[in-house]
Amino acid sequence: MNFLSLFVLTPILTIIAITLVKNINHVRIVSAIGMGIQLIQAAVLIFMYLAIRKAGNTDEMVLMQSYTWFPSLNICYAVGVDGISVAMIGLTSIVIFAGIFASWEVSDLTKEFFISLILLSSGVFGFFISIDLFTMFLFYELAVIPMYILIGIWGSGPKEYSAMKLTLMLMGGSALLLVGLLGIYFYSAPDGSSLTFNILEIARVNIPLEVQKFLFPFTFIGFGVLGAMFPLHTWSPDGHASAPTAVSMLHAGVLMKLGGYGCFRVAMFLLPEAAHELAWIFIILTGISVVYGAFGAIMQKDLKYINAYSSVSHCGLVLFALLMMNQTAMNGAIIQMISHGIMTALFFALIGMIYGRTHTRYINEMGGLMKVIPFLSVCYVIAGLASLGLPGFSGFVAEMTIFVGAFQHTDTFHRVITIVACSSIVITAVYILRVVGILLLGPTTNKEYLSFKDAAWWERISTVTLIAGITGIGLAPLWLSNMINGSLQHIIQRLTL
Amino acid sequence: MTLSDFLMMRNELILILVAIIIVIAELAYKSDKQQKIIPLTLWLFFAVTIIGFFPASKGILFGGMFKNTDLTILMKNILNIGVLIIFIQSYAWIRKEENNYKIAEYFILILSTVIGMNFMISSGDFLMFYLGLELATIPVAALAAYERYKNKSAEAGVKLILSSALSSAILLYGISMIYGSTGSIYFSEISQYISGNSLQTLAFIFFFAGMAFKISLVPFHLWAADVYEGSPVNITSFLSVISKGAAVFILTMVMFTVFSPISAIWKDVVYVIAVLTMTVGNLFALRQQNMKRFLAFSSIAQAGFILLGIIDGSQLGMSSVIYFVLIYIFSNLGAFGVVAAISNVTGKETMSDYNGMYRTNPKLCLIMMLAMFSLAGIPPVAGFFGKFFLFASAAHQGYYWLVFIAVLNATISLYYYLMPIKAMFINKSEEPIAYFKSDNVTRLGLVICVAGLVIIGFASNIYEYIRYFSFGSGS
Repeated sequence: MNFLSLFVLTPILTIIAITLVKNINHVRIVSAIGMGIQLIQAAVLIFMYLAIRKAGNTDEMVLMQSYTWFPSLNICYAVGVDGISVAMIGLTSIVIFAGIFASWEVSDLTKEFFISLILLSSGVFGFFISIDLFTMFLFYELAVIPMYILIGIWGSGPKEYSAMKLTLMLMGGSALLLVGLLGIYFYSAPDGSSLTFNILEIARVNIPLEVQKFLFPFTFIGFGVLGAMFPLHTWSPDGHASAPTAVSMLHAGVLMKLGGYGCFRVAMFLLPEAAHELAWIFIILTGISVVYGAFGAIMQKDLKYINAYSSVSHCGLVLFALLMMNQTAMNGAIIQMISHGIMTALFFALIGMIYGRTHTRYINEMGGLMKVIPFLSVCYVIAGLASLGLPGFSGFVAEMTIFVGAFQHTDTFHRVITIVACSSIVITAVYILRVVGILLLGPTTNKEYLSFKDAAWWERISTVTLIAGITGIGLAPLWLSNMINGSLQHIIQRLTL
Repeated sequence: MTLSDFLMMRNELILILVAIIIVIAELAYKSDKQQKIIPLTLWLFFAVTIIGFFPASKGILFGGMFKNTDLTILMKNILNIGVLIIFIQSYAWIRKEENNYKIAEYFILILSTVIGMNFMISSGDFLMFYLGLELATIPVAALAAYERYKNKSAEAGVKLILSSALSSAILLYGISMIYGSTGSIYFSEISQYISGNSLQTLAFIFFFAGMAFKISLVPFHLWAADVYEGSPVNITSFLSVISKGAAVFILTMVMFTVFSPISAIWKDVVYVIAVLTMTVGNLFALRQQNMKRFLAFSSIAQAGFILLGIIDGSQLGMSSVIYFVLIYIFSNLGAFGVVAAISNVTGKETMSDYNGMYRTNPKLCLIMMLAMFSLAGIPPVAGFFGKFFLFASAAHQGYYWLVFIAVLNATISLYYYLMPIKAMFINKSEEPIAYFKSDNVTRLGLVICVAGLVIIGFASNIYEYIRYFSFGSGS
């Protein structure tokens, strides 16, 4: 039994435990305990990983284990982690833990809600620990489908439309992905040895350039849909806006990162030459994502839409930086994934909590919240400042590294597009500060607001966990960046072939 | 012919025996005790299914007309499991007052089709193949018209018999051309004489068209929707699962053996038909409101996916096809089981009737959800594995664009597979179907389906077992 498998097993055991209890309160407590254990496991994993590296182990992946599943097709349940996946697992466990507390008050079909939510998280965890393309794909789809139920039943607004749109677009993405994966599989053994789905083994093979160029768009766009790459981002604003709080948190916080992670772990790592040849197309597309998402956020009046577009912008930045294919930019991309993951989860959690009190998400209808709910308002300001990249928070570290890395390219194309993408920082500041100004500051005009209670204990747990994450990375980014850097070297090596 | 030779036909012989026992039982029981036939048949058929798994003698009979191999035994067993589930599912329906005087007919007719299918799968020449095919088709027409006092049911019966007569004629015409150009009707001999001249190509196309009718591939699918809608639910599930499965099995075997020399030609045909079938089946399924019609069109689209395995022409392809049919039996019967359970109690069959049902009948809805996910190919249920292997087998031959079209279609199909889930879980209704308790036998049928859906995917042994007996064309 491998330690990593616990990350899939714990959610499943939690789900079983939830089905056994009757009382709604017990359901909440069991979920919280299960995900609390998961958080502790993630912390243990980080320490284990650091200890292994300290002991001088420089393998690509550690804690590896492989069980043959379908021998005739050489499909294995293979797990293993490097610094990047450890970081992603850490992110996921923080967000899901906070998500459980943020949805403490779900009263309709509570049991089903927590089961779907935790099932979703188990798919995400499974994805990050897998190093076999088949199991990776299985977990990917497993993470997407509970979304439909979650948004459809517990969502708000045009939830059925959004849920269907989101599910179909993401499944369409996985359709593209499947073609790419099968192609990689059938070219994984040019010398006639047995075919394999194992990422590390495929990485030792050189797939012919023509084939790579055929498969790369399928794979990259397949994951890119989940990473909200322009013009396939349209599911994201609607989906986020309609989703219940915890689902928005998980989706923007973790699932969209899953797209970015897949882009470099599968598409770029396994098809490096095509990545070089075709990167320019996707750099342009993601560049558009970055700027367009930011402008989109300015135009919105609904808090969730603002954040959804801001996520498109930030996740676009992740893909943008990955495509720069140098150590600095890619390092920044991964820190950005973590930082944005926690930050946007915090945003969505707070929006959910504010909505729970004001029953509106339109910024123009609210005002002066700082006086009535100071705790939540301060948290909102913190999230905002992190989002616009203020030093001391994680966002600054990430964006700084990304743009420095991107500017290391000396050709005009890269430089121009980097400058254009840079403008998003300014635009971000515009919409964040505008929202903070309208929403939180000023006089409390609405008399009903005076009766609001500030954050309840479960809301405090949720937000404090996330803020601890943001400031932790912001103030001490070095250990994280070292952890990522060591693992990135293997990927960079392959990309500079 | 020694006794052990004779025992090669064990499956067929036992089925005939069971059919005879039912006839005798019908005579023996008084008219008010006819219902006792139901448990009797269920137990007998359960025994048949179990016996099928015992080791059997393999070989060739009647100078090559009949052959028994590990593969045919496997296929027969898969069909037996499906028929057993259908028998269990029809328990509640056949017990109804109005069916009292024709209980035995139902079972005998189904048993004779199964006998026909078994002979068809075991056939070693076109004569036996055709005999088996007809025996497997004609009784179904009688079954489709089982509720003959209903216009739709009678119409279904007539439609089915006419269209299957037409398809048989086309098929026979193809077979006659094969005989004319090769001078043989034995599978093992024909392939040596198949050179791909235009007559043989034409013969193949006629043969394929005839089979396409049975599997309801586009453009030969037009009978399917009306027949499926008109027939009683259990017959619809039989038609869309067992009949289709048996036809797919024999088609795969004939394509892989008899027509393997002209695989370059049939691959083009299969390519086009696969694209058409998936797309048209999907587009029609999108608009269906009646659950039976909905499942009918979805099963047309599913048949298109099966062609992706056939086009591969290798061991991987055949094993994927058989594996997919096995999974398809469980998923489709799971869906039909829920539809039948609801229809038996309330008589409601449209999707909007299911609105808000999760709050009253959560278990049925969960089973429906699993079945729908399996049909759509969503993990962790078995359908995901089945579809993945089918796609893998098409990609194996480099048909990446076909795979692409197929996965896009799978995405489209997800839309309509989510519709019942949406109705049950998300939609609200003033008057959802009230809580009801199904009888134990119905529940047993559903539990078997769910167990199959969960286990078949993860238990890789099942796939490996199927693959072990499969073969590729040219070998």
